[in-house]
Amino acid sequence: MFQKVLVLIDHSEGRVPQVSLECCSLARRLTSKTNGKVNAVVLGSSLDGIRAAVEHLPVDRISFADDPLLEKYTPGAYVEALEQLITEDGPDVVLMGHTYQNMDLSPRLAARIRRALVTDCVAIREDEDPPVFVHPMFHGKLNADIRVRSPKPWLVTIQSGAFGGRTDERGTPEIEARTVHIDSDAIHREFLEEVSVTADRVDLTKAEIIVGVGRGVRNEENLSLIKDLASALGAEIGASRPIVDNGWLERDRQIGSSGQTVSPKLYFAIGISGAIQHIVGIRNSGCIVAINSDPNAPIFNVAAYGIVGDMAKVVPLLTEKIRQLKTG
Amino acid sequence: MKIFVCLKEVPSLEEALRLKEQHGGEVTLLSIGPSRTEKVLRKGLAMGADRAVLVVDEDRATNSPFSLATILATLLKQESFDLVLAGTQSDDAGYGQTAIMLAGLLDIPHASLVMKIEADPSKGTLRFLHEMESGRFQWLRLPLPALLGIQAGSSPIRYVSLKGIMQAKKKEIRRTNIGELGVDLSGTPSLEIQRLHLPKIERKAVVFEGDTETTVDQLVRQLHEEERAL
Repeated sequence: MFQKVLVLIDHSEGRVPQVSLECCSLARRLTSKTNGKVNAVVLGSSLDGIRAAVEHLPVDRISFADDPLLEKYTPGAYVEALEQLITEDGPDVVLMGHTYQNMDLSPRLAARIRRALVTDCVAIREDEDPPVFVHPMFHGKLNADIRVRSPKPWLVTIQSGAFGGRTDERGTPEIEARTVHIDSDAIHREFLEEVSVTADRVDLTKAEIIVGVGRGVRNEENLSLIKDLASALGAEIGASRPIVDNGWLERDRQIGSSGQTVSPKLYFAIGISGAIQHIVGIRNSGCIVAINSDPNAPIFNVAAYGIVGDMAKVVPLLTEKIRQLKTG
Repeated sequence: MKIFVCLKEVPSLEEALRLKEQHGGEVTLLSIGPSRTEKVLRKGLAMGADRAVLVVDEDRATNSPFSLATILATLLKQESFDLVLAGTQSDDAGYGQTAIMLAGLLDIPHASLVMKIEADPSKGTLRFLHEMESGRFQWLRLPLPALLGIQAGSSPIRYVSLKGIMQAKKKEIRRTNIGELGVDLSGTPSLEIQRLHLPKIERKAVVFEGDTETTVDQLVRQLHEEERAL
């Protein structure tokens, strides 16, 4: 079906996000029947630091486009570099993670090369002719089967975690350096200042147990129930976006696509409905427990255990039982 | 400053009106859709926009992001503008493509997930804060003309006043259509929706049954004895 797939590898501080590994794994799958080739590309400046993280990706070739103008992400320079790599390699499909950066980059790239783009793709049926791409609509309440009417390559951004795939797969790709020609006039952005609201942040990534709280907590007073539970558990407190936007908890406690990605042994999702933006941040937790008054809340689709009920009743009792357990 | 606000986005209209209050200028609403879209545009005019342009597409025949962006680009090339403000993602199709494609087709710089804008029209630049991955933010500067995608929730949205509603009745809504604009959509890349279906739900959770006492007991026992997580 697909002879050549090009994967754009995201990276930051020498690390490659899970979703880029999932893209590689998916690219392997899409080319398995044709015995096709997967080429992963890494854009940036002074890329030596990222080499170790990518040199065993399960792909056929890794292309490093190392250029000072690619040091920081700018749509202008990235589009120029990718347009060249795509023109030279002629892939059928270009895959990248559905990250903030690629949500910004991919439409601009599609406009430049005049090709169709499927964003936030959650499934691909490559055996159908023509292939079908599944894209969530109405905030994930419905899925749309989409056929692309466009010459190749088709651009696709992949929802984190949707394809699972074996991300421990390893390969011995051929490694090459590629020269790209970027016009510095294409970069309109002037970088003024980076603000990290999480500068001296609570590091939730190392917590063993996290109590996550969402809109279902209803009011600020109920937060004290959450704090009691967290203290009984020896847990950190995390939050979904609405709680932070309301100013009920600090932004450094936000979990999800615009906050931290966590992987505790135990995660309590309390009053969290389970929007995809939050799910991507907790998906790698060992055991997820959901407490929610809505029996149809999507959080129950990812949790291992659930209680349907009013958090104001359930949480104090849970705190009490845990205290009893700990004091023997 | 001449500001165009795309795609019925209320948060971007709010930002446009704030900029107009600070720097003067004109705010134009821009939309593609059936005639009834005029109602939505009229509300935007009541909020304070000066005029509106509606590309009438009665049966919403055009819905692929590339086509929508092509229509908007054609229209904007016929107008003069300093700034285009759009949203991030529509609530229905949720492609999140049209606005950024528009910037690409107009060949003007863009940025997305913008939270705060400070304009300096005398220098022809904008300074703005935008959201990046993992709770990081960045202040950037872009030359005008430019397109910015506004992050919802950036500023509280103003109410429509009675005076605004009265004034809106006299404001212009220019109606045009794809033919009149001279847009050629043949060969434009498109996405064809074959069917819509409910996502396959894999209900993973073991949901404990009974009164609160029973369910909490069962949960604690499970976490302690089976999961060894407590």
